[in-house]
Amino acid sequence: MIQLIDVSKSFNSDSHTVHAVKEVNLTIREGEIFGVIGYSGAGKSTLVRCINLLERPTKGKVLIDGVDLTKLREKDLRAYRQKIGMIFQQFNLLGSRTVFENVAFPLKYRGRKKSEIRERVLSLLELVGLEDKANAYPSQLSGGQKQRVAIARALATEPKILLCDEATSALDPQTTKSILRLLKDVNRKLGITIVIITHEMHVIKEICNRVAVMEGGRVVELGDVVSIFSKPKAQITKEFINSTSNLSKIDELIKEKSQIVDLKAGERIWRLDFHGSETKEPIIVQLAKNFHIEPSIIFGNVEVISDTVLGSLIVLVKVDQEREQEVIKYLEEKQIKVEVIKYA
Amino acid sequence: MHSLMANYTPNLLDYWPEFINSIGETLQMLFFSGIYSYIIGLFLGVLLVVTREGNILENKYIYRALDIFVNIFRSIPFVILITALIPITKFVMGTFIGVKGAIFPLIMGCIPFFIRQVDMALSTVDSGLIEAAQAMGLSPLGIIFRVYLRESIPALARSITITTVSLLGLTAMGGAVGGGGLGSFVIRYGHNRFYQDITYVSVVVILLFVTIIQFIGNIVIKKTSH
Ligand SMILES: Nc1ncnc2c1ncn2[C@@H]1O[C@H](COP(=O)(O)OP(=O)(O)O)[C@@H](O)[C@H]1O
Ligand SMILES: [Mg+2]
Repeated sequence: MIQLIDVSKSFNSDSHTVHAVKEVNLTIREGEIFGVIGYSGAGKSTLVRCINLLERPTKGKVLIDGVDLTKLREKDLRAYRQKIGMIFQQFNLLGSRTVFENVAFPLKYRGRKKSEIRERVLSLLELVGLEDKANAYPSQLSGGQKQRVAIARALATEPKILLCDEATSALDPQTTKSILRLLKDVNRKLGITIVIITHEMHVIKEICNRVAVMEGGRVVELGDVVSIFSKPKAQITKEFINSTSNLSKIDELIKEKSQIVDLKAGERIWRLDFHGSETKEPIIVQLAKNFHIEPSIIFGNVEVISDTVLGSLIVLVKVDQEREQEVIKYLEEKQIKVEVIKYA
Repeated sequence: MHSLMANYTPNLLDYWPEFINSIGETLQMLFFSGIYSYIIGLFLGVLLVVTREGNILENKYIYRALDIFVNIFRSIPFVILITALIPITKFVMGTFIGVKGAIFPLIMGCIPFFIRQVDMALSTVDSGLIEAAQAMGLSPLGIIFRVYLRESIPALARSITITTVSLLGLTAMGGAVGGGGLGSFVIRYGHNRFYQDITYVSVVVILLFVTIIQFIGNIVIKKTSH
């Protein structure tokens, strides 16, 4: 378990002070995949570097399984870092060493036996699917392969925590997916707690259990991914969620006075948000049956996050003003949130 | 061969033993001042890099002292440096003339140059690698040997090549002032007596040296780059 207690970090330069992280309190549970999302400069990297004390917090405590890392002596801290693996956006492989030597690097430094190193490195390379690249140099690998080597190297000393700072930001979507799958695998098979830093909501959506949203050095929203996606509170969280769906398109269409959203008398555009089990009910059919309303779907978006369906539909309906409230009430009883986006 | 030389390089033939001897002296100066400069320069160069602001052993005082030392010594023209160093050279080496007297000023002239070369070579090591090594729990000494030095071997090979060529130039000058080596040989005969054949053959010998140094350097760089 990782506990950040009242952690702040500021940087002093000659002329001014940058408060990169401000009074952050976070508990990351054992074995979870925890995401930290925020725009560039939000303080994500600084925060994650406070976990292994690459940055020493100006204030606050960093507890891992109850041990306050800020109280350790340099030497003990360095020894402790074996238990915290880290991977980076730029992979940071040692270019003068082969894939095998890169993965062996932390083990060799700890003076492990040669035969033990060999066995461990080969099994790690198998785990990340690069057995055949043991003798290649990093310059001969693709970005995805490099990150796999970095993951193997980070796992070499059997850490209980893996920190990932924008680990997929330099990769194409396909490769990003495969790396995320590998991380999920690692989390499941080895029970390693993973902390993922990203500016991309789809990464969070793909593998995280919980997420912290950062803005201006602070954590502005925190929760499990499903509830963050279904009920975002902070404005910035909404922006991030919009970035992964096409729903915000409707605002553009309206602004552009597109023909698609050109309404006749009595017509409205609704946004329906639903999640979980209610999606199994034939809502559209029931609307037709009970109210003689036949919504036509303009477009929609469905996310599946940790086995929960989160869906949104933008629909065009024709309904009398008097009956509208009644219909909306009916839908909300069915746990479907209705937002009237445009009247005729 | 003998008649060919008698025709084209009559003066060189007259001073042949002295010519061979001066080549030996140049190599001696190059070898000894090189060895010392590289060992001391590498140590100080690494120290300069790791004590720089934000680096693993940040230390304002050591960094500033080294930086100022390098800048001052690099800006003094070598001929003047030799003269200025005479009392110290005499104290350290027991003499300030000949090959022995040239080695000390050569080292003092070469070290600052080499420190800068080492500085540049180590700067080719991405700061991300240092960060990754720190995250793995390497000590500063571990980072210096296993990351900085190991990862910059090709760049350091280039540094040594460049420095050796520049040192060769210094030996010619050092020899000219203190006496000894090809430099002084050319001044004595090529310059003062205007035996042009001696000058040209010496130029060819120096060019040959430079070529050999660069050839070896390139092989090492190629072998160690991946
Ligand atoms: N070593 C540093 N020195 C000075 N300022 C820094 C340093 N590291 C980060 N910062 C500043 O702290 C803020 C947060 O940076 P960072 O944690 O890298 O953000 P993110 O990873 O979210 O993009 C930025 O304004 C950045 O300029
Ligand atoms: Mg960052």
